[in-house]
Amino acid sequence: MAQVTLTHVKKVYAGGVEAVKGVSFDIPDGGFCVLVGPSGCGKSTLLRMVAGLETISAGEVSIGNRVVNQIEPADRDIAMVFQNYALYPHMSVYDNMAYGLRNRGTPKDEIEKRVAEAARILAIEPFMQRRPRQLSGGQRQRVAMGRAIVRKPQVFLFDEPLSNLDAKLRVQMRVEIKKLQRALGVTSIYVTHDQVEAMTLSDKLVVMNGGQVEQIGVPSEVYRKPASKFVATFIGSPPMNILPATIDGPGIVALGDAILEARDLQQDLAAGTKVEVGLRPEDIEIVTEGQAGSLPFDVEFIEELGATQLFHGQLSGLPFVMQAATGEVAAQPGRLWITVDPDRVHVFDATSGTRLGRA
Amino acid sequence: MVEDRRLGDLIAYIILTIGVAIVAFPVWLTFVASTWDAATIINGQLPLYPGPHFFENYYRVLFVGTSSTTREPVATMMFNSFVMAMTIAIGKIIISVLSAYAIVYYRFPFRMAAFWIIFVTLMLPVEVRIFPTFKIVSDLGMLDTYQGLAVPLIASATGTLLFRQFFLTIPDELLEASKIDGAGPFKFFKDTMLPLSITTIAALFVIQFIYGWNQYLWPLLIATKDSMLTIVIGIKKMIVTSDALTEWQLAMATAMLAMLPPVFVVIVMQRLFVKGLVETEK
Ligand SMILES: Nc1ncnc2c1ncn2[C@@H]1O[C@H](COP(=O)(O)OP(=O)(O)OP(=O)(O)O)[C@@H](O)[C@H]1O
Ligand SMILES: [Mg+2]
Repeated sequence: MAQVTLTHVKKVYAGGVEAVKGVSFDIPDGGFCVLVGPSGCGKSTLLRMVAGLETISAGEVSIGNRVVNQIEPADRDIAMVFQNYALYPHMSVYDNMAYGLRNRGTPKDEIEKRVAEAARILAIEPFMQRRPRQLSGGQRQRVAMGRAIVRKPQVFLFDEPLSNLDAKLRVQMRVEIKKLQRALGVTSIYVTHDQVEAMTLSDKLVVMNGGQVEQIGVPSEVYRKPASKFVATFIGSPPMNILPATIDGPGIVALGDAILEARDLQQDLAAGTKVEVGLRPEDIEIVTEGQAGSLPFDVEFIEELGATQLFHGQLSGLPFVMQAATGEVAAQPGRLWITVDPDRVHVFDATSGTRLGRA
Repeated sequence: MVEDRRLGDLIAYIILTIGVAIVAFPVWLTFVASTWDAATIINGQLPLYPGPHFFENYYRVLFVGTSSTTREPVATMMFNSFVMAMTIAIGKIIISVLSAYAIVYYRFPFRMAAFWIIFVTLMLPVEVRIFPTFKIVSDLGMLDTYQGLAVPLIASATGTLLFRQFFLTIPDELLEASKIDGAGPFKFFKDTMLPLSITTIAALFVIQFIYGWNQYLWPLLIATKDSMLTIVIGIKKMIVTSDALTEWQLAMATAMLAMLPPVFVVIVMQRLFVKGLVETEK
């Protein structure tokens, strides 16, 4: 019912900045879509166009089969949660939540019922008469959520709602947002530049870069088969290692002297074609010296992360990172021999950066 | 250390006391003078303590009027001053809050031009444009009217600038949240901007009320009838330089009365903006 569809949406700001360069995707009813990308890639702009806070330069946005390009934000049946919460400082928590309903002429008892229910769900009942400044950041965040919930909108829009919270609270609120969205079944669009939030929250992940969509898919697919070098290095932490290589034969790449099998590699590439190989630090396996196809990795120093360790060093003279469970590998500098599962070798075009995968 | 602090405190108090005495002494003297009779003052032997004629003097200024100089009682003058000061203060606030809202939140052609024109009027206070303004007011037949007294002084660049600066500090998200909550421009103004501006409004009200109350030159030109005199002009008229003897006790009583409303406004409004400052509603 409240499916959101974007068709060739563009935004050119007054100064001529082309912030969004033709983006199309849709979100099914009840879906949770996360827009992720580096700072300045146009995520907020896109979200604000859906909200109606920014005019749409070209293309179409529709919410539940209704084109909303010319419709006022208040009439789009959406609710938005802002990064800095944007609570009305002079109103009590109760009034903050009730304000939108009052403006719509909702009957008083209905308002009371909805606010009470939202307050119960979000556990903010004790603060209803306080002003926003008398609340902690996490509590304010809940009030902002409450203001969105009471409206019972077709779509929730979130613009980096957790970025002002400390790390621990962020994890907790992330889980709560996901639970809440599941329970209410409201279609949601969520903007973040935090890839952990992006991976955990979304059932549809949209990776953006420079005003364009780089890849759309479920998070696991984006992680397993990144469509470009950009996505590969953006999603996943620590970021994927990228090494120059050449095609050695069908499904085979040569990294200097060593040979790697890449099962997903496009088959019809001429031998000698310059490519780039992507290896995730967590996909690296240690093998014994001299095993066929193994690569020499010179470990220089080790970072402790608790459950895992990061091995920094060089592979054929290029910086390289490997992640291993603590204790699995002796944590000392020196030479290691490594290999990677052929299913987990990513190959990208050396110039365009697109994935060279099987069709 | 403790001893040092005490000494510091003591010095601070001494300086403060001297300062207060310097400011308060003339006021005290005025008050004392307003409670004696003319003879005592003329003798040049005014004591430093209040005399027995308090009620007599004040009753006479307020309700009877002062013999030959001003035929109207001071109550009328206070009323005139009050109407003028209130009209100026409220008018200025309404005009400046609305114009600042328009300049900050609306996109219309020549918006910046409008802003700069308002800004430039800062360089044109009443005194500079007094002749053309007087001409217009008299052509419009507004001499000896409250409109004539107040309206030309209402236009205010200061207020507009003050509100503009304040509005610029209000995060855009608040406007956007209001839009999504279904509040139009007027509702946003009424429900969000006005409540947030209360402190600024209170401060501006105090400043402008006192500005209006203390006007001298303009009412001097506009108010030709005794019934339209303001209290500041009244005081001036009571102090006669030439032959007739100035009734100093009455002039002083009038001066005391002239001080009261501004003091009252400061005290009432101060509570409001000190509260605003402490609570920082942003
Ligand atoms: N009002 C504006 N006028 C002109 N250019 C703008 C405006 N707002 C944003 N931009 C530009 O549009 C681009 C996208 O901005 P946007 O705010 O959408 O980025 P973002 O992806 O949300 O980044 P962040 O993660 O830092 O919030 C940026 O290059 C920015 O400079
Ligand atoms: Mg943003």
